[in-house]
Amino acid sequence: MSVATTITTQDSEPIFHVVDEHDHPEGASTMLGFWIYLMSDCLIFAMLFATYGVLGGNYAAGPSPKDLFDLKLVALNTTMLLLSSITYGFAMLTMEKSKIGQTQLWLAITGLFGLAFLGIELTEFAHMIHEGATPQRSAFLSSFFTLVGTHGLHVTFGLVWLVTLMVQTARFGLTTANRRRLMCLSMFWHFLDVVWIGVFTFVYLLGMLR
Amino acid sequence: MNPDLVKMIFGRLNLEALPLHEPILVGTFAVVATGGLALFAIVTYFRLWTYLWREWFTTVDHKRIGIMYMILGIVMLLRGFADALMMRLQQAIAFNGSDGYLPAHHYDQVFTAHGVIMIFFVAMPLVTGLMNYVVPLQIGARDVSFPFLNNFSFWMTVGGAVLVMMSLFVGEFARTGWLAYPPLSNIGYSPDVGVDYYIWGLQVAGVGTTLSGINLVCTIVKLRAPGMTMMKMPVFTWTSLCTNVLIVASFPVLTAVLALLSLDRYVGTNFFTNDFGGNPMMYVNLIWIWGHPEVYILVLPAFGIFSEVTATFSGKRLFGYTSMVYATVVITILSYLVWLHHFFTMGSGASVNSFFGITTMIISIPTGAKMFNWLFTMYRGRIRFELPMMWTVAFMLTFVIGGMTGVLLAVPPADFVLHNSLFLIAHFHNVIIGGVLFGLFAGINYWFPKAFGFRLDPFWGKLSFWFWVSGFYFAFMPLYVLGLMGVTRRLRVFDDPSLQIWFVIAAFGAFLILLGIGAMLMQFAVSILRREQLKDTTGDPWNARTLEWATSSPPPDYNFAFTPVVYDNDAWWDMKRRGYKRPLGGFKPIHMPSNTGTGIILAGFATVMGFALIWYIWWLAAVSFVALLAVAIGHTFNYHRDFHIPADEVVRTEDARTRVLAAGAQT
Amino acid sequence: MTSDSHALHSDTHDHGHDDHGGAAHGSLKSYLIGFGLSVILTAIPFWLVMTGAIADKAVTALIVLVLAAVQIVVHMIYFLHMNTRSENGWTMMAMIFTVIMVVIALTGSLWVMHHLNINMMPMHDMSQMP
Repeated sequence: MSVATTITTQDSEPIFHVVDEHDHPEGASTMLGFWIYLMSDCLIFAMLFATYGVLGGNYAAGPSPKDLFDLKLVALNTTMLLLSSITYGFAMLTMEKSKIGQTQLWLAITGLFGLAFLGIELTEFAHMIHEGATPQRSAFLSSFFTLVGTHGLHVTFGLVWLVTLMVQTARFGLTTANRRRLMCLSMFWHFLDVVWIGVFTFVYLLGMLR
Repeated sequence: MNPDLVKMIFGRLNLEALPLHEPILVGTFAVVATGGLALFAIVTYFRLWTYLWREWFTTVDHKRIGIMYMILGIVMLLRGFADALMMRLQQAIAFNGSDGYLPAHHYDQVFTAHGVIMIFFVAMPLVTGLMNYVVPLQIGARDVSFPFLNNFSFWMTVGGAVLVMMSLFVGEFARTGWLAYPPLSNIGYSPDVGVDYYIWGLQVAGVGTTLSGINLVCTIVKLRAPGMTMMKMPVFTWTSLCTNVLIVASFPVLTAVLALLSLDRYVGTNFFTNDFGGNPMMYVNLIWIWGHPEVYILVLPAFGIFSEVTATFSGKRLFGYTSMVYATVVITILSYLVWLHHFFTMGSGASVNSFFGITTMIISIPTGAKMFNWLFTMYRGRIRFELPMMWTVAFMLTFVIGGMTGVLLAVPPADFVLHNSLFLIAHFHNVIIGGVLFGLFAGINYWFPKAFGFRLDPFWGKLSFWFWVSGFYFAFMPLYVLGLMGVTRRLRVFDDPSLQIWFVIAAFGAFLILLGIGAMLMQFAVSILRREQLKDTTGDPWNARTLEWATSSPPPDYNFAFTPVVYDNDAWWDMKRRGYKRPLGGFKPIHMPSNTGTGIILAGFATVMGFALIWYIWWLAAVSFVALLAVAIGHTFNYHRDFHIPADEVVRTEDARTRVLAAGAQT
Repeated sequence: MTSDSHALHSDTHDHGHDDHGGAAHGSLKSYLIGFGLSVILTAIPFWLVMTGAIADKAVTALIVLVLAAVQIVVHMIYFLHMNTRSENGWTMMAMIFTVIMVVIALTGSLWVMHHLNINMMPMHDMSQMP
């Protein structure tokens, strides 16, 4: 039951400390830490999905997905997000080659696609609210707006972060710290893609099938 | 002045929010204000503000942050316990037509505040504080993975506590019970600020808790000393790892569900309403998905403490290390599969209830395994009944009772009778006081000499121990009886005079606990006064087994001059046994993170934002949010967050220790 | 459970201070493959639902769900560069654990609340009542 002790031979002098102190390189834990943060964020979305799953069918005699959703618009929106993903990928590839100008260009393009995504989403929201399908109208709409809106809020935050990193890259170059930050944002951005797959599948496509 | 303008500037905050008509609150305020002013005057008189700011408030040292967490927890314990005393007193006298002394409006706030404070601002800070202090030392690290984040997390916890405390004197607290179930907590039934204080207090503190969870998981995964494989980690580190995994996996759930509740209250959505398709039971379901793991978040570190203490004071290797680790991991997973046992009576039907009843009963198996491991560790050990060990034995006896009543409650048909009764109250106090709190006291007595270089006074400690333990039994055993008679929780007045004697006994128990807390405060005071007699120069006062005892007490800023190499799961025991010699030369500069005030500033803005949202002061909320964002972004422009402790400073520190050790060896 | 026993054994090599542990990089080719796949995996479900190519809605829903699951895996591998090696497997561990938690919380909530609705809201079946 007890763990095997790994005591080497008693007579050999054991080494009980590291003589050559090596710095823990700053940020060595950052990627893992950020990944764990993303996992916790994932659980926030899971709760919003669960709420949508439980309450999403309660229209309260109000509009249902079929009355509200325009799949063409959603398809367009999804395209924007997918394109922003691959352009962020290109930014990472050029970053590895230390081509600062191209990295900035791809980041800017990513930001524009993200902005387009947000614009389309807000148009959709405005249209729905204009038709009286407000978040207060039914539990279905409450959970719809909250789930999709939280994703949109994350994209907004991602854009703020993106601009910050572009400024920092312009000012301080592609230093180790900046590369690490760009990689974190990359994870964040692609994570939002993954969440969006869940959103368009569960909310929009399955909503239309209801 | 134009009332619209006043409303724009102050939201719904006005002079009526001050509880001037409630004498109890005015009296409390007078005491708190006098105490606060006195403290302020003392700090100012001795010119301590700069020192506090430089060395404590802005520190990124995990040891100091850990100590600050402990202080926060103990201060809040006094507040939470004052609430408990008030409740016990009210219930003991509100018989035979007497209304007691607390009006319903106030009483409802008292029991809500008691629960919220004890869980979020006593148990959590104490547990987080101990983990923060001990874990990096136990794994031979210099600090946690993200020292700045650690400071920020602490101040967010303080921010949440400040909001909850503020509700005492500005406005009021929630009157909903500690989990704020809707529809009662919804805007229709709780239109005032109480629930908003609850929501924002927990949201602000919750951010801190989640981040410190991420931080400690990363620390344990990435910063272990060479040679310390997963199966060579001390048990306390293992339970801390599992606890922090649970924090990361469950606090987001709380954040999400409170966000939904606030949307209901602020925007008028229909998640948990009874109209337009909302479902209040969804809130109950979601909050217990967080709530059940939460109790394991609290108790797992306590299990870790007991494991360390039992092994140390029995002078033996912990029995069944591997089974202990697996039991911890199993509890971690299972804690996610039992949440429905908190609302069996909701009406999900037999199949659902039986599933969750069975999973709940299964959890007692790994917990029982742990109990036997501790017993077998003690078996044939040379047991020293120092204070930590006394708390451990008290825990083992008390916790088993709590565990058995828990299994009783896990039987759905029995739960239909006992649900919401004082039996339940007795049960969870039995496990939280008997498990978590006794564990924390064991931990405080055990690690205090490590943190400060002198032991805690045993006389006052023993006095506190006996008052606490006997007080606990007097206070809660009557509640089991009352619960079986069918008395429900949160009642303010009673009709049946035959019940009174039990409530009087319970109030007597609470009074004994008051003496216990008093003795504990005396213990701290006396120990500080007698610190020369209680001094420990060896760094290892208990002849202990794990790495934190390998360094000096208190440890230097950098913890270990050289990173230790680990061969055994009782690393320090192994080093002592094989004639470890402390290195006396060859020191090198040590890389350390710098202090920063950003954490406290960010948390300050977050607290102001919470306050503004509670009182509908929209402009202030917007301003503080923008400020929060600006400071956070500004902080990322600072790329130089570390420095090196020069080698000669390390030499000076280590030479001083060498002299102390030599002097200790001669006497 | 399996994920945790994995945790105990996968970490024989530890104290990995290497800075590159968490940062597996993609190549142009892998990004393009990932993008191509995700375009296809997005297009098919949208096409299925928009045109109603399959008459049976349940079958359509099932296909849509499976494609979404596949697409999530594609994104994980080609964009988030998930593999079993980065950070000595800890990223993978964290993800498996999260997936388990998400599955428990999601299916659990749906199951529990579904039963609640059946038991406590019999209005839906009033029409069939005698």
